[in-house]
Amino acid sequence: MSFDAHRCPNGHVTYPGHTRCPECGEEQTETVDLADRTGTVVTWTTSTATPPGVREPNHLAIVEFEVQGESVRALGQLTTADGVEIGDDVEPVYEEELRDPEAGIREPDSQAWDGYRFEPV
Amino acid sequence: MDRVAIIGASMTTFGDRDAWVRELLAEAGDAALRDAGVDGDDLDHLYVSNMASGEFEGQTGVPNALAHDLGALGAYTQRVDQTSASGGAGIYAAWQSVASGASDMTLLVGGEKMTHKTTGEATDVIASLTHPVEYKHGVTLPSFAGLTARKYLDEYDAPRESLGQVAVKNHRNGVDNPHAQFRKEVDLETVLESPIVADPLRLYDFCPITDGSAALLFCPESVAEQYADDYVVVSGIGGATDTHVVHERDDPTTMNGVVESSDIAYEMADRGPEDVDFAELHDMFTILEFLQSEDLGFFEKGEGWKAVEEGVTDRDGDLPINTSGGLKSKGHPLGASGVAQAYELYVQLLGDAGDRQVEGDVGLACNVGGFGNCVTTTILEQP
Ligand SMILES: [Zn+2]
Repeated sequence: MSFDAHRCPNGHVTYPGHTRCPECGEEQTETVDLADRTGTVVTWTTSTATPPGVREPNHLAIVEFEVQGESVRALGQLTTADGVEIGDDVEPVYEEELRDPEAGIREPDSQAWDGYRFEPV
Repeated sequence: MDRVAIIGASMTTFGDRDAWVRELLAEAGDAALRDAGVDGDDLDHLYVSNMASGEFEGQTGVPNALAHDLGALGAYTQRVDQTSASGGAGIYAAWQSVASGASDMTLLVGGEKMTHKTTGEATDVIASLTHPVEYKHGVTLPSFAGLTARKYLDEYDAPRESLGQVAVKNHRNGVDNPHAQFRKEVDLETVLESPIVADPLRLYDFCPITDGSAALLFCPESVAEQYADDYVVVSGIGGATDTHVVHERDDPTTMNGVVESSDIAYEMADRGPEDVDFAELHDMFTILEFLQSEDLGFFEKGEGWKAVEEGVTDRDGDLPINTSGGLKSKGHPLGASGVAQAYELYVQLLGDAGDRQVEGDVGLACNVGGFGNCVTTTILEQP
C-alpha cells in the first residue's frame, strides 16, 4: 500500500489524482508516495455526529506535505486529537479499514476503504 | 433584451412533515400557480430541484409525477440535481428556458423529504457527494464546516462568539417567518453551550434536517403584467464550481464558486455588492455566512464576523442577511432551499413579508452545494 500523490510533467502535485491536472490540463504521469513523509496540520476537527459505520468521535485533519517545492494536501483521520494544534507535525499510519464499507450508502465495491491516518509526531 | 420575470411564488411550511416528496412538490407547485392565476396546462417547461429522492425514499422520476399531478401534461420536464444548490441551479435552468425563448411559462419546484431518516443516515446521503478519498475517512459536510471554522477563527483572530451571533440573529429572524421550522429565539449562551458536533462548532451552528418545498413561476417580462400586478425580475444570475475535493483549495477560507458566480451575476445585473439591499445566504453552517458575505464582496476578507457582531446584518442593519431565518432556523430541505431563498426575496421585494419586512429594491441569494463545490448567485429586483 502506498499513499500516492500524482504529478504532471509541469510539476503540479495533487492528492488524489485527476484525469487531467487541475492546474494546467496535462496528463498526470508520475506518482509520489507520501507515506514516509512528515506533514503539517492545516486545520482539524472532531466530529461527533458520524454516519453509519464511522467511528465516533471521528478526528479529522487537513495535512500539508512538501513535494519538491510544491505543496500538496490530504484529508484524513487523526489517530488522536489530544493536544493537536494547527501547525503540528504528523506522520501517516496505515489503517486497513477506515470505516465499515457495508454500513454506509456507498456501494462497497466502488472504492477502497483502507488508507492512512495521521499520527501526531 | 426581454428580461425574465417571476410572477408567482410559494413555499410550504418547512419542518417535520407527514407528506412525502411528491405531495410536498405538488403542494408548493399548486400554490405558486394559484398565486399568479396560471393553469398547469399553460406551462411549457416544468423543472424540479431535488437532490436525492431516490436515496431518501425510493421515489425517482419526480418531475413526471408532478406534471401529472398539476395537470401540466405535455410540458417539458427535467430534474435538477446540484446537491444543496439544486434550488439555485433550478432557478438558473428556469431562467435559461425563458431567456432563450424555449419556454413562455416555466414552473420551478424544489423539494426534499428527509426527516424520516436518522441524522446519521441523512448525513450519509449528503456525504455521498464527496470523493472516495474523503468518504472513506467518514467525512461529513458538518466536519468540513468544523475544519474551516477552526482555520477561519485562527487566521482572522475572530472570536468563537461571533459564529454564535449568526445563529442568534437567524433564529431571531425566523420567529417572524410563519413557514420556518424553528420559530424560537436562542441566546448566545445556549449556542455556545450546546453539544459539540464538529469542534469548534456546536449543535446550534448547524441547520436542521427538514422536509419542505418551494416554487417559482417564470415568464418573459413583456407579458408579466398580463398575469400579475406585482412581479420581480431576475436581473442577474451566475453559476460556478470549485474543487470536488475540498482540501485541494489554495485557501480553505475562500469559496471560489461564490466569488465567480457572483461576479457573473453582478455583471449581468450591472450591479455591485454595494447595490444589494438585503441577501439570503446559504447558512447551512454559521461559518458559511461569514465566508459568503466576504466572497460576495459585502465585506473585506476576514471581516465578515465583525459585521455580524456590529449588527450590520441584522434586520434593522445596513445589510440585512437572512431575513427569512436562513437555513439555520427556516430549515434546509436540500432541493427546496435555493428556491425558498428566492421566495424570500420575492415577498420582500413585493412588500409582502409582514413582520420581517425590510426596505430595498435589490435582493441577492447565494445557494451553495457541497462545501462550496457548486454555487448559484441570483439577483432579483423590482421591475
Ligand atoms: Zn499541471
